[in-house]
Amino acid sequence: MKMHAQSTKAGATGRWGLGKLKLLAASMVLAATANAATPPTSAVNTTDLAVTDDTVTVGILHSITGTMSISEIGSVQAEKLAIKQINEAGGVLGRQIKYVQEDGASDWPTFAEKSRKLLRQDKVAAVFGCWTSASRKAVLPVFEQLNGMLYYPTFYEGLEQSPNVIYTGQEATQQILAAIDWAVKEKGAKSFYLLGSDYIWPRTSNKIARKHIEKLGLTVSGEEYYPLGHTQFNSVINKIKLKKPDVIFAIVVGGSNVAFYKQLQAAGIDPTKEKPMVLTISVTEDEIRGIGGENVEGIYASMKYFQSLDNPNNKAFVAAFKKEYGDDMVIGDVTQAAYLGPWLWKMAVEKAGSFDVDKIRAVSPGIEFKAAPEGYVRIHENHHLWSKGRIGLAMADGQYKLVHETEELMEPDPFPEGYQ
Amino acid sequence: MFDGYTTSELMSIFAMQGFAGLSLFSVFVLMALGLAIIFGQMGVINMAHGEFMILGAYTTYLTSGFFQAYLPSLFGGYFFIAMIMAFLICAALGAFVEWAMIRRLYKRPLDTLLATWGLSLILQQAYRSIFGPREVGVELPEWMMGAIQVTDMVELPINGLFVMIIALLIALGLYLLMYRSGWGKKVRAVVQNRPMAEAVGINSGAVDRMTFALGCGIAGIAGSAFTMIGSTGPSSGQAYIVDTFLVVVFGGAQSLIGTIVSAFAISQAQSTMEFFLSGSMAKVLTLLVVVGILMLRPEGLMALKIRR
Repeated sequence: MKMHAQSTKAGATGRWGLGKLKLLAASMVLAATANAATPPTSAVNTTDLAVTDDTVTVGILHSITGTMSISEIGSVQAEKLAIKQINEAGGVLGRQIKYVQEDGASDWPTFAEKSRKLLRQDKVAAVFGCWTSASRKAVLPVFEQLNGMLYYPTFYEGLEQSPNVIYTGQEATQQILAAIDWAVKEKGAKSFYLLGSDYIWPRTSNKIARKHIEKLGLTVSGEEYYPLGHTQFNSVINKIKLKKPDVIFAIVVGGSNVAFYKQLQAAGIDPTKEKPMVLTISVTEDEIRGIGGENVEGIYASMKYFQSLDNPNNKAFVAAFKKEYGDDMVIGDVTQAAYLGPWLWKMAVEKAGSFDVDKIRAVSPGIEFKAAPEGYVRIHENHHLWSKGRIGLAMADGQYKLVHETEELMEPDPFPEGYQ
Repeated sequence: MFDGYTTSELMSIFAMQGFAGLSLFSVFVLMALGLAIIFGQMGVINMAHGEFMILGAYTTYLTSGFFQAYLPSLFGGYFFIAMIMAFLICAALGAFVEWAMIRRLYKRPLDTLLATWGLSLILQQAYRSIFGPREVGVELPEWMMGAIQVTDMVELPINGLFVMIIALLIALGLYLLMYRSGWGKKVRAVVQNRPMAEAVGINSGAVDRMTFALGCGIAGIAGSAFTMIGSTGPSSGQAYIVDTFLVVVFGGAQSLIGTIVSAFAISQAQSTMEFFLSGSMAKVLTLLVVVGILMLRPEGLMALKIRR
């Protein structure tokens, strides 16, 4: 178990009233005016980054063409929104943020090439970007060689900790342990059927899930992987019917999701009846748009953020997002995590009093963001975030209803001992 | 793996597994028929086949939106209109593509490969610009969802049955068209001996255009039907293309019967193995068997014997 007691500050954030939020906003404005005495560029930029007396340039690196653009566009929108809001509040160290956006085109070598361009040619102070693990792995050597700083938004399989990356999504144990513990405790689940698309994230995640289930003395009644883009799940659904597990733990991604949930329905497994219950860590509100709410109604998802979270921070965030991009927008877990990136970077820069990457790295652990839409997050020594695990129930309108939230923040544990 | 189950439970599972195999078979047939006509009869490798299918899917999506907005009372039957629309629109685009591009490349098979691949990229990006990069959800009428309860344990998915019926009808229609109509005779004449066919007064250019349009139209119907079981997004077509080629090549490029036999063999092999092994393993074994058989019979299962 990796849930640790949390400092008293965190406990308080959940109960923040609107009054206190206004107070915070007011103090932010005060801080902005206090910073008006902008420190000289020579003092805050000793490593030749793209910082002038009144601007600082950052990079945004996501796929806006190709297959991954479906998922990554939400992140781009969130990052731009955060940057806009930071600028409206006075910028960072008195400097307005400008961004250079590059397109990774769903192609991993292109990601590497563009990140090199951003760091070497544009000399950006930080990069917000990447979505798939493959793209992150592709840019990692570039960031480490040129000493850049990447804010990576996606929940992922863990097993990584780079001095040049801040991981703003959950790593695998945070999602999985919360999910399984909840299913066991609240739903009395005894047996699990693990299912996933065939690549590193689902496989690593299911490995952690299996270890955890076995540690609890429960049964894994099956474990299966299907190629990406697979559209025929009838055979595995028959197998599930035969084995009668309590929980289908599904990590299916992309277009396969549509096929999987439609065929599940068609085969007479109605998730709302919870016989078996369907639990996923891969379907955010974003994905539901493509699958159709009526097909996933009744499934449970374990994430750290749902658009429907009922707290003042989130209400303000959702309203701002919709105002910027239109009322029909949906916000998934990763989109929120992407929104955290620019804010966490701004706080690190201000704490360090410098844009230098080494100094930002030194001060990042311990930085807390109390206005985060998900509630409260804090950067861990290992560059991942302390955050709460949450379980949502999918509704027919495509939104999740929060049904459970861990009491304490969960410690990020990218190299979980005994789970590898 | 069957310990502790009663005989009736096992029987039901096998019944449903048999149905799963048949339903995969009809999906393969639907995917492959359009391509088989174009590849087999014209020798053109249409890499944009998947994109034509997705055009059919988007047509269905638009039709469903139209019915919801203007004719909600007829929503239950919109799917049939959507399939006809999908056929017409895809066939029209197919005829245009043949006229603008393919007919200039008949003597250069490798170039058609590249040209149609380029076309597939263009179409994908066009879908992305028009419909957005996100997948769209196609809403189905109530009666198409769910399952028919046969016994306590045996449930047959309605959408699977529906795809099966469509596949059957199209295969039947195609058979009548190719082997029982005057136009089919012309097509077969052109395939077997183009100069001779032209010499007896067949306009081979018009036959080609019709054939290509027909193949694309069938792809459109397939895409329309697949909104029931798969996703509809700009690049969803890519998911089908490999299986489609596999079926067509394995069956023997110039034989429609071969395509159907090969769809049956591959789908049964795959769905049986998926039941006993894991999904990825089943795919690997299927591909291995296909490669092995193609090494022994490079022409495919049912090669047409013609004089070269």
